[in-house]
Amino acid sequence: MDDGRNGVPEGGLEDAVQLLTPTGERVDHPDYAFAGDDALVRDFYADMVRVRRVDAEAIALQRQGELGLWPSLLGQEAAQIGAVHAMRGQDYAFPTYREHGVTIGRGVDPLRLLAMFRGIDPGTWDIAGLGVHLYSIIIGTQGLQATGYGMGLERDGLVGSGDPERDAAVVCFFGDGATSQGDINEGLVFASSFNAPVVFFCQNNQWAISEPIERQSRAPLYRRASGFGMPGVRVDGNDALAVHAVTTAALDRARSGNGPTFIEAYTYRMGAHTTSDDPTKYRLDHELAQWRERDPISRVRAYLEATGAADEAFFAAVDEESDALATRLRRDCLSLPEPTLAETFDWVYATKSPELVEQLARHEEYVASFEEAR
Amino acid sequence: MATNEFRLPDPGEGLVEAEIITWRVAVGDEIKINDIVVEIETSKSLVELPSPYAGTVTALLADEGQMVDVGAPIIAISDGVGDDVPAEPADSAEPPEHQPTGKHDFVPPMPGEKMPSLADGEGPSRVANLVGYGPRTTEARRRPRRSGAPATHAAASSSNGDDPAAHVPAQAPVSSYALPAEPEAPAAPTPEPEPDRHVTVLAKPPVRKLARDRGVDLTTLTGSGPGGVVTREDVDRASRPAPAATPDATAAPAARTAPAGGPTRKADPDRETRVPIKGVRKATAEAMVRSAFTAPHVTEWVTCDVTATMELVERLRDRREFRGVKISPLLVVAKAVCVALSRVPQLNAYWDEATQEIATLHYVNLGIAAATPRGLVVPNLKGADEMTLLEMAQAINAIVSTAREGRTSPSDMAGGTFSITNVGTFGVDAGTPILNPGEAGILCVGQIARRPWVVGSGRDERIEPRWVTTLAVSFDHRLVDGEQGSVFLSTVAQILTDPGLGLLF
Repeated sequence: MDDGRNGVPEGGLEDAVQLLTPTGERVDHPDYAFAGDDALVRDFYADMVRVRRVDAEAIALQRQGELGLWPSLLGQEAAQIGAVHAMRGQDYAFPTYREHGVTIGRGVDPLRLLAMFRGIDPGTWDIAGLGVHLYSIIIGTQGLQATGYGMGLERDGLVGSGDPERDAAVVCFFGDGATSQGDINEGLVFASSFNAPVVFFCQNNQWAISEPIERQSRAPLYRRASGFGMPGVRVDGNDALAVHAVTTAALDRARSGNGPTFIEAYTYRMGAHTTSDDPTKYRLDHELAQWRERDPISRVRAYLEATGAADEAFFAAVDEESDALATRLRRDCLSLPEPTLAETFDWVYATKSPELVEQLARHEEYVASFEEAR
Repeated sequence: MATNEFRLPDPGEGLVEAEIITWRVAVGDEIKINDIVVEIETSKSLVELPSPYAGTVTALLADEGQMVDVGAPIIAISDGVGDDVPAEPADSAEPPEHQPTGKHDFVPPMPGEKMPSLADGEGPSRVANLVGYGPRTTEARRRPRRSGAPATHAAASSSNGDDPAAHVPAQAPVSSYALPAEPEAPAAPTPEPEPDRHVTVLAKPPVRKLARDRGVDLTTLTGSGPGGVVTREDVDRASRPAPAATPDATAAPAARTAPAGGPTRKADPDRETRVPIKGVRKATAEAMVRSAFTAPHVTEWVTCDVTATMELVERLRDRREFRGVKISPLLVVAKAVCVALSRVPQLNAYWDEATQEIATLHYVNLGIAAATPRGLVVPNLKGADEMTLLEMAQAINAIVSTAREGRTSPSDMAGGTFSITNVGTFGVDAGTPILNPGEAGILCVGQIARRPWVVGSGRDERIEPRWVTTLAVSFDHRLVDGEQGSVFLSTVAQILTDPGLGLLF
C-alpha cells in the first residue's frame, strides 16, 4: 500500500504561504501579511465553526433520508472562509458544489443549500444581489463562465478605475480534479490573454473522488500558472489568515486591471467526496490523522486562546449559536414545501414567452382535471 | 406517548437495500437527535445512521445481519410525551395537502402553522421521507380523473389503472419506490387507505412502450435501475423465455421444490456453520435451478492439442499493440467461440416459450464466468463477435477485474447469449457446465497441461509432450441437436489446435 502518499506529500507545504502554524503561532512571510485584526480572526473562527456545523447537520439529514446527497466541506473551512472574507460586495464568486463556506459567507441562507440537495429547489438564490453564482455541478464549467464574467466586468469599465467601491473582480473556485478538465484550462488561457480580472482559486484537497493528486499532476498545480502566463501561488489552505492575505492580494491585482492569478490552496478533504462515497476504500486512516493535526479551526482557536483575543464565553457563544442554527435548519428543512411542476415554468426565462404561458395554462388545466380525492 | 419509526433511508444514490451490521443502541436507551443508532452496509459502503428523533428506544425492528429494504422501519423511538398527545399538536382537523401554489418562501412556519411534510397525511408521528429516492406518498397517490378529460397521459403508463386489486400490496418490495410496508402500529387512521396502495412503476417512456409491445406488465418487474427504475434490460429479461417469464411451465414448481429436495436436517449449530442464502449465492442458485429444470442439457467433450494456441499467445504478448494487456489462452478460446458461433448460429439462440419461437441472435454477448469473493458472476462481452482480438483482450480484462472488485452491475450480466467457464484455472480437466439461463450453449475449458501426445504418422509417428486441454460444451437440446453441438465443439477444438484454421470459417 506504500504508494508514497501516506500523509502529507513531501514538500507539499514547504513552498506554501503560511501565516498561522498548526499550533496557532503567527509567522511572517516575505511577500504576504495578514491585514486584518483580531476581530477578523474571531469572525473567521465563528464562520468556520458555523459552516462546519451546517455541514455536519446536512450529512446527518442525508443519512436520515432527508437529502438526496451532500458534498461535505469538512477540512476546507479555512480555504473558503479566508477567501470569501477577502472579497468585496461588488466581486462575484463562481463556486462548485462543495463551496458551502463561500455561499454562506456571501449571505446565502444555508436552508437554500439544503433545499437544493433535497431535490426540491433548482438553485434560486439571488445570484446578482449576493454576488455568488449557483453551484457548478459539472466539473470545471465555471472556469469559462468566470473568465467570461471577468471579461464583461472589464468591458463595463468596472476594472482599473481606481475607485475601490467600483472596481470588481471574479473568484473562480474549483478543485484539484477540475484542473484536468478542458474548461478550466480554456478559462485560464482566455483570462490570461484578455488580462481578465479573475482569481482562479483552486482548493487542492488531494483527492478527486478516489484519484490522488499525484496521479493527476506530475507538477505542483500552482506551477502550472506560469505556463498560462500568470502568477501562481501556493498557500496553506488550512490557514485562514494566509488564505485571506493571498486572496486579498490577488483580488487587488485583478481589480486594478493587472490580470488573473492562480492560487492553489493546499488543503485536505477530511470527509467523503459526497455522502455516496466511502473514502475508507481508497485512503489510509493515518493520512486523515495527519491532516487532523492540521485542522483549520483548532489552530485559529489556539491562537485566540493563547493571545487572549477571545475568551471561553466567546467560544461557548459560537457553539451555541451554531447549534441553534443547525436546529433551525433541521426544522425548516423538514417543513420545506414540496414544489409543484407548475413552479418550474417560473425558472425558464426572466419573462415567460407566449408559448410557455400557453404550456403552463395547459398544464394547470391538466392538473385541475383530476378530481380532488380527499 | 408518540412513537416515531425511523425508516431505512437510501444513504447512497439509488440504493434499494442495506444490511444491518451493528446496533449501537439498545431498547431503553435514551438518545438525542443525530446520535448514531446503527451501522449499515450497502452495496457501496459502511454507513453510520444518526437518529432523526430524540427519545427512548422502544424497539429495534431489524436484526443484525438482516437485509432491509429502503423505506422499511428499523427502529422505534418514543418521544416520551404524555399519552395520547400528538407530537405536533395539529390545529387543523383535515389532513394537510401540499399547497400547489407559489415558490418556496423559506420562511419557517410560525408556531401553530402547519408544517407540511410528506408524512403529514399519516398522523401525528413524523415518518422519515426519503427525498429523491425513497417512498413518496405524493408520487404514489393517483387521483381519479374526471370523466371526459383527455386520456393521453393516463394511457402512458401500464401501471396506473385505478383498480386497487391490480396493484397487489405484496408488490411492496419493488425497490425503494414501493410504499412503506404495512405500519406495525398504525398511528392514526389514514383518510384514504386504498388509493395509497398503488405502486408507481418508474420507467422511461421508450421502456414503457417496449414493455407494452412485448406484453410485459411493468408492475410485475423489480427495477434494476437507479432508485428502482425499470430499465430496458429488465423488460428484455422479463420477455425472454427461461429467465423469468415462464411461471406457467414446470420450471417454477421445480425451482421451488428442488433446493428442498435433499434430506432435511436439523440445525446443529455446534457442528456446522450457517450463512444466509442471499446475494450472489441466491441469484446463482435460482439461475442454476431454473436452467437445469428448464433446458434439457447435453454435454459433449473433446481433448485437443493446443500447443499452437499457446505459441500464438506468446507471439501476441510480444506485439506492440498488446503491450500492457494481459493475454491468456482464454482470449483465443473466446475468439474461437465467436468464429464457431458464426458457423453454428443455433448455439447463439434462445427458446422463447412465450411466443413459441426460437430466436437466433445476430450478435454475440459472450459471458465469461468469473469467481469473485462474493461468488460466481457471469458478466458478458457485449458484441464480442465484432471485436478485434485486442478489443476482446481489453474487454475480458475489464469485466474480469470489475467482477473481482465486486462491482459487476446487473446490466453487465444481462443479455448474455453464450458463456465460457474456465474451470482449468482451478487445475481440473473438464466438467459438465450448466447453461446460463436463457442461453443455448456454454463452453467449459479445462486446464491446459503438458501431456504425452501422439504426433506424426507412419514411420514418423511418435509421442511428444504437448500442451493439451479438454473442452466440454453443454447445450439446450430443445433447440440444438447433437450434430450442431458436435460441429460447434469440433470447430472450437480445430481452431485451438491450429489457429490458422480460423481463417476458414
